[in-house]
Amino acid sequence: MNSINIQFFASLREEVGKDKISLTLPADMSAGLPVSEIVNKLAQQENAAWQSILEASDILVAVNQTLVDRDHCVLPGDEVAFLPPVTGG
Amino acid sequence: MRSRSFLLLLEVSLSVDIKIAVQVEDFDVTAETARLSIFGTGGINSFTGIVRHQNDDSEVQCLRLEHYPGMTESQILAIIQDAAERWDVLGATVIHRVGDLYPGDQIVFVGVASPHRGDAFDACEFIIDYLKTRATFWKKELLPDSERWLKTRQSDVDTANAWQK
Repeated sequence: MNSINIQFFASLREEVGKDKISLTLPADMSAGLPVSEIVNKLAQQENAAWQSILEASDILVAVNQTLVDRDHCVLPGDEVAFLPPVTGG
Repeated sequence: MRSRSFLLLLEVSLSVDIKIAVQVEDFDVTAETARLSIFGTGGINSFTGIVRHQNDDSEVQCLRLEHYPGMTESQILAIIQDAAERWDVLGATVIHRVGDLYPGDQIVFVGVASPHRGDAFDACEFIIDYLKTRATFWKKELLPDSERWLKTRQSDVDTANAWQK
């Protein structure tokens, strides 16, 4: 199964109402799928409102626990996380 | 409780002794400072963050912290390594608590051991500045009648960015 695990943290988790979700990808995924396309598929699969929530300019994306740009290609088995602005220290 | 205690002790190529812990439990500043003193160093500088009672004119009843297990620890390690490339650092400790904390509780400890005080001060300040804006921690304040996720302060971003100049 070509699927990826997606996690949502903090305020984003409360906004979408889920902490993690599995997304099934198209059969031919050898080249991967850009993060921006992942957002489109999530909006289709879950809730159209997620499109603008996840596309917000202050939302960061990590793939396998490393920050990436929106054009980064996600591969099957990857761990994808959407992160609201951080407030540590 | 999604947050777990996590302890990492390792040596990096710069021969800096690094201790990183993201944990629910409190920490002992005296013991952590003593651990840093074993490196025969010239000086130790440390910062301890405390949960404040008031924030933006509201009474804080509880501060709820969460992190991204694994990623957060890696980011802290990268921050310390960055500091060790800029200054002479013999040992460094970062302990950051998660879970429910209350006004007066210790929240974060940053300690740096260095041959010289200037390096110890600068590296410590750099690490706490970067922790605020470059590590995956999130804070929610529970107030008497409401709750709110804290937003990144522009002043914190500006302070951290100033180190890049």
